[in-house]
Amino acid sequence: MTFSPDDWAAIRLTLELAATTTAVLLLLGTPVAWWLARTPSRLKAVVGAVVSLPLVLPPTVLGFYLLVLLGPNGVGGQLTQALGLGLLPFSFPGLVVASVLYSTPFVVQPLQQAFEAIGTRPLEVAATLRAGPWDTFFAVVLPLARPGFVTATILGFAHTVGEFGVVLMIGGNIPEKTRVVSVQIYDHVEALEYAQAHWLAGGMVVFSFLVLLALYASKARRSYVG
Amino acid sequence: MSVRLSARWPFRRLSLVLSLAAAGFGPLVASSAARADEVSVAVAANFTAPMQKIAAQFEKDTGHKALLSFGATGKFYAQIKNGAPFEVFLAADDETPARLEKEGGIVAGSRFTYAIGKLVLWSAKPAIVDGQGEVLKQGGFDHLSIANPKLAPYGAAAVETMKALGAYDALSPRLVQAENIGQAYQFVASGNALLGFVALAQVVDETGKLKGGSMWVVPPALYTPIRQDAVVLAKGQGKAAAAALVKYLQGDKARAVIRGYGYAL
Repeated sequence: MTFSPDDWAAIRLTLELAATTTAVLLLLGTPVAWWLARTPSRLKAVVGAVVSLPLVLPPTVLGFYLLVLLGPNGVGGQLTQALGLGLLPFSFPGLVVASVLYSTPFVVQPLQQAFEAIGTRPLEVAATLRAGPWDTFFAVVLPLARPGFVTATILGFAHTVGEFGVVLMIGGNIPEKTRVVSVQIYDHVEALEYAQAHWLAGGMVVFSFLVLLALYASKARRSYVG
Repeated sequence: MSVRLSARWPFRRLSLVLSLAAAGFGPLVASSAARADEVSVAVAANFTAPMQKIAAQFEKDTGHKALLSFGATGKFYAQIKNGAPFEVFLAADDETPARLEKEGGIVAGSRFTYAIGKLVLWSAKPAIVDGQGEVLKQGGFDHLSIANPKLAPYGAAAVETMKALGAYDALSPRLVQAENIGQAYQFVASGNALLGFVALAQVVDETGKLKGGSMWVVPPALYTPIRQDAVVLAKGQGKAAAAALVKYLQGDKARAVIRGYGYAL
């Protein structure tokens, strides 16, 4: 007994979702993290709290509001329809939107910490060498913040792989479109297909462990060298 | 220090409230506490509304309290097999209770049919669903919500219906599957699916009147009857409240509620 074609489809879909979500989050999260790390604004606390909300909110809360907001009667749904994108619930793009929200703190927080750790000194030095802001960012900040990007990528990806509650709420459990591994496991358990559930669930445990092991091992090596 | 303070104060207030309550209502509590008991009930999602009403009447008439949990029948089965503390189980089918009976998980002879479910095609919008279900063949919608047919009897009945109409192959790309019939309803109610197969009891009030939108009551000939069986589980053995609830469910008052919501009996 091993993975069924349905299981493989769910695995493929989950990896696609996690990769897309992580890429989007790195693009959107970097400026947010940079702003949070640098701003003297009083709004910093508010934005920081909003970014961290998914850490404490039950996924069903997130999923419920997304279902209402992105539905035909919601603001988001009317917007996506006006833009000609149609409605997002029950679609892969809808899952990406939900996952981006759900995994935001796992990407933004490591980046913010990495940016804060750089401090102002390297930026000032770069400025005295007449480096423009963009030049400074790509030539100085990005290389120095590299460990933060590695952590953010790994955590964002792994956390999205483990997503369940949000998908259950807005996914619609459609094979090859929205049925991710966690939902497939749930279905197996409900249908009393425990052997198949074990294969997938055990796979998730091993995957999660290896990801975290890689993360901690690389951190230990860095701090030893550094 | 501050933690200890804040932890102590509410307790003081609570104990004050409790002693006041005991002084005021002591005689009342004592007289009913002698017989009144609690019963934990797992209820199939489609039976939520009628069961809430029945439980309220049951509490008033007998003094016993029914603690209700709502969800998918398959999930309840797995939970019960793994030691969930339910004493009575109102399933959405007759197979799951029969299975539990065969496995010795119920009080012998306690299984009975409490309702026969009816499937409806429903839209939250008026004038979408016609009286013959023709809308299924005409299309013009993106999503049709059903309960997961692998897990929920109403989902299986929905698939049977579509197959009987010869519309299943055309419709299957548009199906969205909910975890249970409660979520199938939610997909339609939130407007994300224009149509959905749900339980009649979810869309009508206690007099059988449609609460909103439009519906087609699927003719029972198109699907296997959804016989919903109830059992007293092993954990309810010898418990007065469990026995009382099961008896109450078979009484005239409860049956009137069940019929009111459009179930057959």
